[in-house]
Amino acid sequence: MELTGAEIVIRCLHEENVEFVFGYPGGAVLNIYDAIFKQDSFKHILVRHEQAAVHAADAYARATGKVGVALVTSGPGATNAVTGIATAYMDSIPLVVISGQVPTPAIGQDAFQECDMVGITRPCVKHNFLVKDVKELASTIKKAFYIAASGRPGPVVVDIPKDVTALTAKFDYPKTVQMRSYNPVIKGHSGQIKKALKLLLEAKRPIIYTGGGVVLGDASGLLAQLVRKLGYPMTNTLMGLGGYPATDKLCLGMLGMHGTLEANMAMHEADVILAVGARFDDRVIGNPGHFFTNPRKIIHIDVDPSSISKRVKVDVPIVGDVKSVLADMLELLAESDKAPNATALKAWWQQIEAWRGKKCLGYKKDGEIIKPQYVLEKLWEVTKGEAFVTSDVGQHQMWAAQYYKFDQPRRWINSGGLGTMGVGLPYAMGVQFAYPKAQVACVTGEGSIQMNIQELSTCKQYHLPIKVILLNNRYLGMVRQWQEFFYENRYSESYMDSLPDFVGLAESYGHVGMRIEKSTDVEGALKEAFAMKDRFVFMDFVTDQKENVFPMVPNGKGLSEIILAEDL
Amino acid sequence: MRHIISLLMENESGALSRVAGLFSARAYNIESLTVAPTEDETLSRMTIVTSGSDEVIEQIIKQLNKLVDVVKVLDLNDGRYLERELMLVKVKATAPYREEMKRMSDIFRGRIIDVADDTYTIELTGSGSKLDAFLEALDKTALLETVRTGASGIGRGDRILKV
Repeated sequence: MELTGAEIVIRCLHEENVEFVFGYPGGAVLNIYDAIFKQDSFKHILVRHEQAAVHAADAYARATGKVGVALVTSGPGATNAVTGIATAYMDSIPLVVISGQVPTPAIGQDAFQECDMVGITRPCVKHNFLVKDVKELASTIKKAFYIAASGRPGPVVVDIPKDVTALTAKFDYPKTVQMRSYNPVIKGHSGQIKKALKLLLEAKRPIIYTGGGVVLGDASGLLAQLVRKLGYPMTNTLMGLGGYPATDKLCLGMLGMHGTLEANMAMHEADVILAVGARFDDRVIGNPGHFFTNPRKIIHIDVDPSSISKRVKVDVPIVGDVKSVLADMLELLAESDKAPNATALKAWWQQIEAWRGKKCLGYKKDGEIIKPQYVLEKLWEVTKGEAFVTSDVGQHQMWAAQYYKFDQPRRWINSGGLGTMGVGLPYAMGVQFAYPKAQVACVTGEGSIQMNIQELSTCKQYHLPIKVILLNNRYLGMVRQWQEFFYENRYSESYMDSLPDFVGLAESYGHVGMRIEKSTDVEGALKEAFAMKDRFVFMDFVTDQKENVFPMVPNGKGLSEIILAEDL
Repeated sequence: MRHIISLLMENESGALSRVAGLFSARAYNIESLTVAPTEDETLSRMTIVTSGSDEVIEQIIKQLNKLVDVVKVLDLNDGRYLERELMLVKVKATAPYREEMKRMSDIFRGRIIDVADDTYTIELTGSGSKLDAFLEALDKTALLETVRTGASGIGRGDRILKV
């Protein structure tokens, strides 16, 4: 029996065990939507803007480790999805985005709602396909899922012309994929792993520096074994938070532009760095020239060879899946008769504790004025550190990263690479769909939340009990902070005037709205909100207008040139 | 340093633009790029002439390998190789140039493939630098038009790029 292209799409998604498709209908995908109407294999989630569909699918993938799926129409539907795709690409998130296209004969004719989706997304996808023949539809979708999830994950776009969804073919879903041009390396080179371990055990001032690769590669258990066995200090990047328990003594917290003093100093002063699934990006090591002033040996484990020796020359590169490489390394360590240099390690820890003793995350309380850091500390307490926290982009994002101590992977969901304002609310939706019973907090600012505020409507439709933690300082805080430091207080266009009454806005969608203006009310309000387990609660915290994020490694400076709040 | 990179990729629509897009997106130099199907029509062979520091070339090779359509990449400069480029040059063939142009073509082992009352079209193959030398040696006032294919490269002896 032959199926239409639209039916084939549905069957493929069924074969891939897809639970949710986040999407928005339109002309070019009407056949697919008709097929969706007739099926009950997955649930379609209707968003209010295509960007949010991709973000929600992205968050679903981040929280579960499965491939997220979004469906959009041609033209504007497709271009609206691009920000979401680029966001997922920068953070290596496995997604399959299906976009409608105008019928094959109309391609290139400047048809209504036509855009060259494959061309537009080429620089921000792992791969993309235009399916011109219905006979190739199933095998293409199979390839898309395989490519998205394997190796270094990433988004894959499948662009399907409308006529292809109406034509018929025999449905035959391939069991496996063989591609001569795509064979990601899984197992690390044993000689290199041996070399790495030798170097690690000889280190006097070691540090283990881990990134999003540990979370994406589900390697946090093995990482914890390695760190504890060695007793070495570890730090994680913004994307790596939760890859190792933040409350553990061996964890120095996040490093980088707004990382802790102890993490940045230890990274700078280390004689051996073990980098695991991290890429030495500009927000992490600051000025590479300054970073090189301190000679050291670097071991780098990454599934993507092009991430190795890209910004920093590496001494022992290990290409492979972090989980597989860490397992091999632990096995070798168990067989090894060598142990870490205890004397050197003791001195190193003493130095680190001295840095830690500076308590770089301390902040001054100021009467009844709500400090944003305080809200996050209380959020952590009230949710017992177990919530899924999504964030938008800006000061609130950094405070969330600094003050919410993530002990588990896949709980911290944010846009690290692209830094996309507006992800917070759709991210919270994606997570809440994946885990309907979980506590999901969306930490946001009054700038970011307005970039996808229309999703309050989606949250109403599906009764999502998300808690929005809005840190409302009436400024684009991070922009204002840079303007204060580097542009002599010229606050060019960074004031958020004419804000809506967020409580009234939330209520108009049928949600609960709360406005919190005094620091003594913060804890009680959070408890009250999280006690409403079946309600969406929008919490508008009126916070200190001019609070800055510290510590800070200014742009273009080195890690040891870090500025603390007390320095100013 | 100048490098010649050879690669084999799936002969699919859009494959060329993935490579071209990679070079522009990552701000790599590109001196020339040639592409055509191979004896196996499912594969295209591309020769890219680029330049950069060792680190940049290493990144270029890695990024090319990362493209899902790319099957194999070889930096020809890693060993011994041959490089050839084809150039067609149209020159004035009126007096006093007519004799001179024939002589120059012979010296560079070119062939005159089109003869008209006022012009010759000369076909010349060789390394890029040989073609440059020919253009240098020509009387500029006689030069009417040039078209070059960009370099193609192949390893010497048993250095073979094949799937």
